[in-house]
Amino acid sequence: MSEHDAEKRYISTSSEWTFETIEAYEREIARIARDKFKLDTYPNQIEMIRSDQMMDAYASIGMPVFYSHWSYGKHFVHVEQNYSRGRMGLAYEIVINSNPCIAYLMEENTMTMQVLVIAHACYGHNSFFKGNYLFRTWTDAEAIIDYLLFAKKYISQCEERYGVEQVEMLLDSCHALKDYGVDRYKRPAPISAAEEQNRQKERELYIQQHLNDLWRTLPHRGRERDEDKVARHFPADPQENLLYFIEKNSPSLETWQREIIRIVRKVSQYFYPQRQTQVMNEGWATFWHYTILNEMYDEGLVNEGFMLEFLSSHTSVVMQPGFDSPYYSGINPYALGFAMMSDIKRICEHPTAEDKQWFPDIAGSDWLTTLDQVMRNYRDESFILQFLSPKVIRDFHFFALEDDDRKNTIDVTAIHNDEGYRRVREKLSQQYNLSQQEPDIQIYNVNVRGDRSLTLQHVLNERRPLSGEVNEMLRHVYRLWGYDVHLHSVETEGRTVRSYHLVSEFQH
Amino acid sequence: MAYIVDRRLNSKNKSLVNRERFLKRYQKQIRRAVSDAVSRRTITDMEQGESITIPRRDISEPGFHHGQGGKRDIVHPGNKEFVTGERIPRPPNGGGGGSGSGKASGDGEGMEDFVFQISQEEFLEYLFEDLALPNMVKRQLLSTDSFEYHRAGVSEVGNPAQINVMRSMRSAQGRRIALRGKERRRRREILAALEALNQGVDSPDIAEQRALLKAELTQLNVKIHAIPWLDDFDLKYNLKVKIPKPSPKAVMFCVMDVSGSMTQDIKDTAKRFFFLLYLFLKKNYEKIEVVFIRHHTQAQEVDENTFFYARETGGTVVSSALHLMGDIIEERYSPSQWNIYVAQASDGDNWHEDNQRCHDALINTVLPFVQYYTYIEIGDRDPQGLWYLYEHLQRDFLDRFAIQRVRNNAEIYPVFRELFKRHAGGEVN
Repeated sequence: MSEHDAEKRYISTSSEWTFETIEAYEREIARIARDKFKLDTYPNQIEMIRSDQMMDAYASIGMPVFYSHWSYGKHFVHVEQNYSRGRMGLAYEIVINSNPCIAYLMEENTMTMQVLVIAHACYGHNSFFKGNYLFRTWTDAEAIIDYLLFAKKYISQCEERYGVEQVEMLLDSCHALKDYGVDRYKRPAPISAAEEQNRQKERELYIQQHLNDLWRTLPHRGRERDEDKVARHFPADPQENLLYFIEKNSPSLETWQREIIRIVRKVSQYFYPQRQTQVMNEGWATFWHYTILNEMYDEGLVNEGFMLEFLSSHTSVVMQPGFDSPYYSGINPYALGFAMMSDIKRICEHPTAEDKQWFPDIAGSDWLTTLDQVMRNYRDESFILQFLSPKVIRDFHFFALEDDDRKNTIDVTAIHNDEGYRRVREKLSQQYNLSQQEPDIQIYNVNVRGDRSLTLQHVLNERRPLSGEVNEMLRHVYRLWGYDVHLHSVETEGRTVRSYHLVSEFQH
Repeated sequence: MAYIVDRRLNSKNKSLVNRERFLKRYQKQIRRAVSDAVSRRTITDMEQGESITIPRRDISEPGFHHGQGGKRDIVHPGNKEFVTGERIPRPPNGGGGGSGSGKASGDGEGMEDFVFQISQEEFLEYLFEDLALPNMVKRQLLSTDSFEYHRAGVSEVGNPAQINVMRSMRSAQGRRIALRGKERRRRREILAALEALNQGVDSPDIAEQRALLKAELTQLNVKIHAIPWLDDFDLKYNLKVKIPKPSPKAVMFCVMDVSGSMTQDIKDTAKRFFFLLYLFLKKNYEKIEVVFIRHHTQAQEVDENTFFYARETGGTVVSSALHLMGDIIEERYSPSQWNIYVAQASDGDNWHEDNQRCHDALINTVLPFVQYYTYIEIGDRDPQGLWYLYEHLQRDFLDRFAIQRVRNNAEIYPVFRELFKRHAGGEVN
């Protein structure tokens, strides 16, 4: 307690929660978050659930409504098994990027944990969803629940009409390609369930029209010759969104199949920002639960016992084991994000000479405004590239390795020293660049006038080959496309290194 | 401004459909695990659930990923002694190991098998999947201990929970119409008369008449209002009657040779067979009795323990057991009331002269009355005398007589499946 010795008015002192105490805490957190820290959020909807419901939520990737698929069953079985054996705990909360923002809280949590989770999810994640540019551009919080409802209904109708097995096979293939079903640069049209239903018919007609045009086999007299002179290349430019291209151009799909591809694509697009902002999102939420709860303590709303439980839990959340620890499983996004957010606040409030040299723009500025700007305008890759300070690199003892299969050794290229900061920062940033992590595969050509085969091009990145799953993946592409599929791995300068083919056996 | 919603009472098992689909997709693996479990387990834990292991490779959801090779940069935390420019010898197996390129350790984890549990019910479901009891429930009978309630119209008596509102109200309305009809008609007449009087000229005579009518009207109103809107005898109750429920009953005869040639191993195999059949019957019938008959030269009815563990020696006269079974059926399990199943296990030895008697006993006192008779011959010798006899009989009783040979424990389950395989259209009822 500071010298001001604010009046102590604990909201509760028991570790058991009740709906009244949760409401009381929530009011205080809302007041602090809104008035003191200027967090702008969607309205909150807090739902209390049991642990088995939490497992259900896990299984359907956290969404309250979702279509059925065996892979979610597999996930569920896995979680259930590990949880009932005590091998893993469940997350304290799941939060959904929707308006209102839905957060699930488990009834098993203690009072302290519920408060932590409310601050973390309902004010941390929530404000991130509302403020970050990726979420603002790519996801539509207003419409997502309705859309999922539409998707669930549509898919179960398809199951009734075309059989569960047919739908399942299609979904398997779509899921395999789901990371290649997003537009990375083009802003998607907002989704709306009502419109979706209305436009479905229209789309059917349009697609058919368009397809007929593309796959017309009867030559137009006269014009044909001119066209032949210019070798037709379709698509004109390589296409990064595989699912979109297949949905629009596959010669062999029925309308309902195109619609299901579209659903998987839309869901994938919805989750795309989350995959790009793990460190920032968790760091932001962790920073705010830490800051808000400390503020509550300073105001005398919670007692020491509460704080001890909170700090113990917080500490284990932001723990980062070293690379040689048996517990090491990569960089903990909570740890890195929290450290960086706290560090930005420190740079604003108490900049050192080093900070002034590295971050002249933000050193000494108002930390609330600065953090708000950071949250709004960056994603993991650019966030790390801009704001990973030498201090954080030192604290984490980061070091960069280069693993080149042409050398017999793995080389240490940078450590936490003056020469290494920039390199470590750059390499770590690339580690969060999805286009670096995922193989660059695009649709290169369709043999429109010939055997209708589809050619994909994989542009090698640092000579890294595709994993062994590629042949299975081609089968999935083949299932969606219906004709032969070729995949070429090419060097950046255009030399083909390796080719994969899936050729139908019945044609030749 | 947050809404707090209590969803704890909402439906659970939202993932049930997904789980079922998952199980269905991997039913081949599950079936194999179940089948392995049957030969591995001791009989006492035969009924438990089972943990199913599926290689991670079979269950993975593929995607385009980078494989080993090429050049990659990795940043790790927790540096202790490395300095810039240091060269670390590559660990023997690819890029993984101590310096732990994240990808490799990810792969290593990925190769673990996927393990999950199925419940006891699911285990039995898979165990007896696609199997059917032949001639099941040919006979049903009314037992005394299970009832079903059926609606049987409407009654004047009953408890308040069973009130039939519609019928009660209808009856009340009828009663009210009947009891008030006359009075109401008279009231209408009076009102009309009063109206008429009001139209006419005033005179003392008319005034008197009006007073009279008014007095009568008051009286009528009292009468009309005295009739209750709902009376006790209007109440009607839904009537439910207890009807004895047909409950299929089955008796299972376990017949085993305990002569000197039957080793403990053979007995154990037989026991597995009996137990599987017992579980299978239990799944199909609510009530099962088991009769254990063992025999060497003489047959005895014994309890389970004696049946499986007591040792006897001597020759083998199978017909003794068949005769005893015939007697027991006649005495206690009237074929009109019981579904009778027989499971016989033996190493196939029989006294040669006994074969003809076996034949007669089976044809006259056993086979006509049973639903299904299974015989397994255990051991890896050539078929013995009993086998040839039964093989011959089987042709005449195709619908209810099945024989199989078993060499060891591992074969029990496949043989069991063979015996109770669902025949296309072969099921009675």
